[in-house]
Formats: sequence, structure tokens, C-alpha cells
Amino acid sequence: MADNKKIKFDLRTYMMIIALVSIWIIFSFTTDGSFLTPRNISNLFRQSVFTSMLAIGMVMVIIMGHIDLSVGSIVGLAGGVVAILDVWQGMNPIVSIVITLLLGLILGLWNGWWAAYRKVPSFIVTLGGLLIFRGVLVGITRGTTIGPMSDLFYYLGKGYLSQEVGIIFAAVVGVFLVFVQWRSRKNRLKYNFDVLPLHLAILKIIFSVSLLVVFILVLNAYRGIPIPLLILTVFLAFFIFITNNTTFGRHIYAIGGNADAAKLSGIDIKKITLVVFMINGLMASIGGIFLTSRLNAASVAAGDGAELDAIAACVIGGASLSGGIGKVGGAVVGAIVMASLDNGMSLMNVENFWQSIIKGLILILAVWVDIYTKNKETA
Amino acid sequence: MAEILLETQDIIKEFPGVRALDNVSFKVKENDIHALCGENGAGKSTLIKVLSGVYPTGSYEGKIIFNGEEKSFENIHQAERDGIAVIHQELTLFEELNVAENMFMGNEISNKGFVDWNEMYQETNKWLKKLKLAGVKPTTKVGDLGVGKQQLIEIAKALVKNSKLLILDEPTASLTDNEVELLMDILRDLRAEGVTCIYISHKLKEVFEIADYISVLRDGEYIGGDQKENLTEREVVNMMVGRSIEQMHPKKTKKAGKEILKVNNLNLTNNEGDQLLKNISFDLAEGEILGLFGLIGAGRTEIANTLFGYLQGKKEGEVYLKEKEVDIRSPKEALHQGIALVSEDRKRFGIIPPMSVKENISISFLEKFKKKLVIDQNKEIVKTSELVDQLRIKTSSLNEKIINLSGGNQQKVILAKNLLETPKVLILDEPTRGIDVGAKQEIYELMNQFAEDNMGIIMISSELPEILGMSDRILVMHEGEITKEFDNRNKEISQEEIMVYATGGKIDG
Repeated sequence: MADNKKIKFDLRTYMMIIALVSIWIIFSFTTDGSFLTPRNISNLFRQSVFTSMLAIGMVMVIIMGHIDLSVGSIVGLAGGVVAILDVWQGMNPIVSIVITLLLGLILGLWNGWWAAYRKVPSFIVTLGGLLIFRGVLVGITRGTTIGPMSDLFYYLGKGYLSQEVGIIFAAVVGVFLVFVQWRSRKNRLKYNFDVLPLHLAILKIIFSVSLLVVFILVLNAYRGIPIPLLILTVFLAFFIFITNNTTFGRHIYAIGGNADAAKLSGIDIKKITLVVFMINGLMASIGGIFLTSRLNAASVAAGDGAELDAIAACVIGGASLSGGIGKVGGAVVGAIVMASLDNGMSLMNVENFWQSIIKGLILILAVWVDIYTKNKETA
Repeated sequence: MAEILLETQDIIKEFPGVRALDNVSFKVKENDIHALCGENGAGKSTLIKVLSGVYPTGSYEGKIIFNGEEKSFENIHQAERDGIAVIHQELTLFEELNVAENMFMGNEISNKGFVDWNEMYQETNKWLKKLKLAGVKPTTKVGDLGVGKQQLIEIAKALVKNSKLLILDEPTASLTDNEVELLMDILRDLRAEGVTCIYISHKLKEVFEIADYISVLRDGEYIGGDQKENLTEREVVNMMVGRSIEQMHPKKTKKAGKEILKVNNLNLTNNEGDQLLKNISFDLAEGEILGLFGLIGAGRTEIANTLFGYLQGKKEGEVYLKEKEVDIRSPKEALHQGIALVSEDRKRFGIIPPMSVKENISISFLEKFKKKLVIDQNKEIVKTSELVDQLRIKTSSLNEKIINLSGGNQQKVILAKNLLETPKVLILDEPTRGIDVGAKQEIYELMNQFAEDNMGIIMISSELPEILGMSDRILVMHEGEITKEFDNRNKEISQEEIMVYATGGKIDG
């Protein structure tokens, strides 16, 4: 079984990145280069943070074979509550944030409880949630827009890390990347598995570190690393780790792959389902806090339809709605693809209705390409 | 001399990395029932798909000559139009529609664009009579018919299209013995009327009963064929597996040891109030293989699922594991107590299709690899690859998706998954269902090896030869009760004795 231990280059994993880079190249031509300016890149990533946050939670729900349509309403309600606590109640911002995050968990708990313990299809549960949570929002805000928010929120939504801190941060991440690679290599050697030849391994790590350096330099050339992007990166890394390296993550994939078999394998399906919905609620409430921060106010329409963007991001990122397949990283790349389309087409002054039509077509196309390549593999 | 109806010349069909058909040339004589045998993965289904236009011309190499003309089918409809009809293993009927609608699906008799119901019902009646389906009306909903009758409707549907060549893919997989007899009679009648059949089946007994000519495929190659009279079952099996199987059921040397499981007066009533198990008492020893036989609905699987904590309902009675009473309420508890179950329905309860071989093996006992909350993936690779080697699972790599493996290898993965933590009691529910002869024997050898490792094995099966060939003791069930226990160490029990008790003590069963 020697070949099990070999390292394989998997084209499909990189397909998304290749697609994203092609989109960027096309836009940099059609916008005479203004797409690839540091300012625009910085904005693009900041814009993608909101959908990315939601997509991280959503992709886990989708991998598990469920769906959550209530995300947009949780965003709205969480954004409204944090604004009420901050503006109307004058609470300490940190306390308001903690309460709002708790609220997100509770809303997720509500969805998850109905879906897992009462066996109501998640489509129905969360469609109900969509209506209920939005209704609560309109009720508690009495339909008004609440703002402006206190300073911390401005920083959360629109702040930047100073350039020096950004470089230190990059250095820490770089060292960490090298360390992780080195340790994984050492472990594989310990088990006598095949590893990349040393020079290739060094080349690979140099490549990823230089990519990181270029990215930080580009962001620093504008104003530095946007705070929302920083926070997103932390969550992204955390949940990639959770889904790839923990039993909890493996169980999510197993449930989505075959729930009956997962149950016979001793997996506590109800508990895992509940927790995944709670995580999704939490991520949605973080999204809500970001949205309110960026807009500096909460409105009753905030987050309307955000769940559909999140689902689209997951699907573009390779997740399958039938469950068992998908990646957290892919979902975030999917969100960046969506944000790039928005951003690029806006720069080109494409009218709004066209933007919507094109995004819809690309969604269908992306899934078709996926199905087509898969059929070719198995037919 | 009969004419040749169908001839293939050097058919080659390749998939990425595999040659599914390798220069297959064979001839089917007109008015013959031509049996096509081969293990799973031998290329039978691929060959049918080539013949029936599922794989269009151009996607394979070689020639198909049908009725004296070279054919290049672009799709199924062209093949059907020329008279080749396939009856697939899984039925393709619409359960919600009636018999006539199904029979003429896609082929409706119409008059100026409107369906001519009278004509259609009349035609349907004609066919129903021919197929001896006296009790069935053209307006009967197909879903209300049994599987056997549905199979016949499927055949009628093919005949309506004036098919000259009928290809039947494992037609008896889900039929009862009586239905099989009926099907055989009808095929003989059709032969008398000039229809030619390609009959694909695992079951050699049936093949020898019905076929005029037997061909064997192995690993995509045409191995050979001859008139039935010139062949024996043993010869066909040898052609199929490519090596001679000295004895289908390897001899077990291990003797039963200490008692490991004891079930005392187990009763189970489901939530609808039906009593599924009545006063079940038995014991199992280390190193023993206990065969559990019964007809469908006898409660065999219910025993397994109750012991494994999967079946919910009102439960009475005691279960002792190593002389300690246990109350198992979930599969998780069962696994931790050392009871493992390989379910009868591999697709539904066994494999997790999108996951790899490695992940499928490790899923039940991931904690074993946990190091500070994290799965030690290197350790996982080492351990799972050991099992892959030990069970001789054929896979291109540990990261191959389980769905791409053959049935027998999938089954071995499911076995491997239950061996990651050596169980005390291993329950195998129909362990060789839907897998080929070679893999079957390997599974039997593994079972003996598990017994050698002191596991107690409960083998549930509806194949009597398997039960008789493998078990030390046999429990026979009927309607939720154990009706008889046999000592089978000397392998002297006959099939008839067991059937008497499986049918509730009536000799006519």
C-alpha cells in the first residue's frame, strides 16, 4: 500500500483558485487596471468578509446535508440587537457583543433543536426562522433605523491594522506556516511515509510565504490589513482546522455522506446537528455585528437575502447540497469570487440588473462544470 | 442450424485507468437463451450498456453485428427500435401509474395525438394473458403488485416494442422461488415463439436450468462458452474466478470456548405495538460461529439490531456480555461494549459514499487516533492500511472513495471498520449479499480467522449453503421466535430439516 502515503497533486482543489485568478485578470483588463490597485484589492477583501463569515457557518450545515435559510434574518436580528444595546441602552460595547453572540447561539439552537430532535426538515425549520427572526427584528426596533454606533464598532467595521503591526502579524503567520510544514514533514518521516524532496518542500514553503508577503505589502500599500479581514482569517483558520483535523469535523462529513451509516458507526447525530446549527447561528450573528458596524446603523432590512449569497458561495466553492462534500476554504474562495464579480462589474459601471443576471449565470455554470468534470471521472 | 442473431467483434471499452472490456467477441444464436456469467466487475453490465446504446457508438472500439447488419447505436432508442431491449436489475417502472400506462410508457398508442385508451387496454390484456398474469388488470396500479409480477410487466413492456433480443440483467435477484419458476416458464414460452434472450445471473443453478448456451466473462475478457450440456457448474465457477475453488466453505479448526454472550427471554415490541421478537434466548461462545436462519420477516435482523442498540421499542429480557448484564441503548454503546454489526444493507447502513476508504474504516473509532482533540492522521493511515492489507482490500489507494470499489471490497471495508477495535461479538447480517464468488470465499476465510481471534460471530443469512457450510450451531427463526437449535459441528444437517422449522414446522414449506 506504498502509494497511500504519497503526496498527490489534486487539480480540483486548485480549480477554484485558478478560476478566481482568471476572473481577476479579466477584470484588470476590462477596467484598465483599476481593479488590481491596492485600494480596490483592500476594498474587495473587506467586502467579501461578510459573505465569507456566513459561508463558513453555512458550508458546515450544507456538508451535514442540511440547509439554513434563516441566516439573513439572524444577521438582521443580531445587528438590530447589538445596535439597541449599544445605542438605546448605552451598554459597554464588549458586553453588547457578547450578548449578541449568545443570541446567535440561541437562535442556532432553536433551528438545530427542531431539525435534530423534532425531525422537521431543516428547509422548513429555517424558512420558519427566516420569517420569525425578521418579525422579531421589526417588532423590537419598531421599524426604525438605529445608529450611530460607538467607536469600537467603527473600528471593527472599517478599521485597519497599522502597517507595523501588519508586518509583525505577517511575520508570525509566516513562521507558523513554516513550523507547521516542518512538523508535518517530520511526522511523516517518522512513519516512513513519502515526503516531497527537500528542495521542493523548501520551494513550496518559499512560494506560500512570498504569497503572504505580497498580499500584506499590497494591503499595506493602501491602509493596512482591514480589521474585519483579520478576524475572518482567524475564524477561517480555526474552522478549516476543525473540519479537517477533529473527530467533530469528520462526523459532520459522515452525517452528510450517509446519516444511517453514521448512526450505526456510533455517531451522535442529534448532538452534532445541534452544534453545527449553533455554530452557524454564531457565525451569522458575527456577520450581523459586522454589517451593523460597517453601515454604522441597524435597519430592518439588513441582511435580507444574505443566506442566498452564503449558499451560492458554498456551492461555487464546491459544496454539494446533497451533503457530504464541501470545504470551508472553498466556501470562502466562493465568497471572494462573488465579491470580485460585484466589485469588478461595479467598476465597469455594469448596471445592477446585469450584475444580478451574470452572477446567477455564473452560479449555474460553476455547478455545471463541477457535475460535468465529476461525470467524466466516473462515467 | 440456427442463425447468429448478435455478434460482437473485439469490443474494447475503456474508462480512465481501467479497461472494462478487452476485445470481447462472442455470438448469440437466434432463438437461444444465452446465459452470461461472471463475477461482479467482470464487465457484464458494461457489455450490456454497449449493446443497448447506453454507451453510444464511438465511446468504444469494435463492431456490433445484429441481425446481419453492423449497428452503431447513438442512444437507447435506436437500439430499442432495432429490437434490443434490456430489463435492468433495478426495475424502472412507475409505481404510481397503472399496468397499461407502464407497458406503453414512451410508446403510447395514440390517435391524432390523443391516447387511445381502449386500444391500449386491449393490447395490455393480450400481453397479460400471455404472461399468465390472470389476476392483473390493465388498470391495476403497478405499486400494488409484488416484485415478481412487476418483473413480468417489465418484460411485457419490452415485448410490446417487438423486441427480438431480450437482455435480462439479474432478473431473479429479488424474486421468490415460485416467481422464479414462473419466470423460467415464461422465458421458455418466449423462446418457443422465437425470442432470443441474454440472461445474466450469478445463480448458476438457474443458469443451468434455463440456458441453452453459457458464456463467461472475467476481468473484461471473454473467457469462453459452450452449450450447456458440455459444461458443469464446477467448470463454470472455475472459468468465472480463474482459479479452482477447492471448497467453497473453508474448514474451521477453532473450537468454541467460554461463553461470551447470553440472551435471556428477549422480547421486543415496536412503537406500533407489533411484537417483533418473542422470548428469544440463546448463547454464544468465544470462537464460535452461530448461524441464524429464517425467512424474510422472521426477526433475524431485528435480533441483530436490538443487540446493537439500533432498534427502538419496548424491550424486555436480559443480555449478558462476558457474564455481565448490559443494557445497550445506542450503536455507540454497543461499539464501546465490544459488539460490532455489519448490516445487511451495505448501501444504506454501511458505506459513506463520499468518504475515502480510510475515512470509512476509521469513522467508528476515531477516538483511537485522538491526540489532544486532534486526529493523528499519520497514525490513522498506518492503522487503516494495516487492515486494508490484512483483509486484502483491493483499492488504488487509501484515499480512493469507497463508492469506486467493487461490492466485495466495499464489504471488506465495512468489516475492517468493525475490526479497528477488536470486537467481542461480531454480528454479520447477510455478509455475502451481492458479492461475487471469489470475494465470498475470502469473507468466509476471514470469518474463520476472526473466530481464531476469539471473537464470537453471529452470522445471519438467507443462503442455506452458507449457513450449513460455516456455522457451528444453527438457530432457526420463524415469526419472531427461535423454533429450533441445531448442532452443526459435523456438518450433517440438511437443508430440508432447517426449512421445516423456518416455515413454522409445516412439512410442505
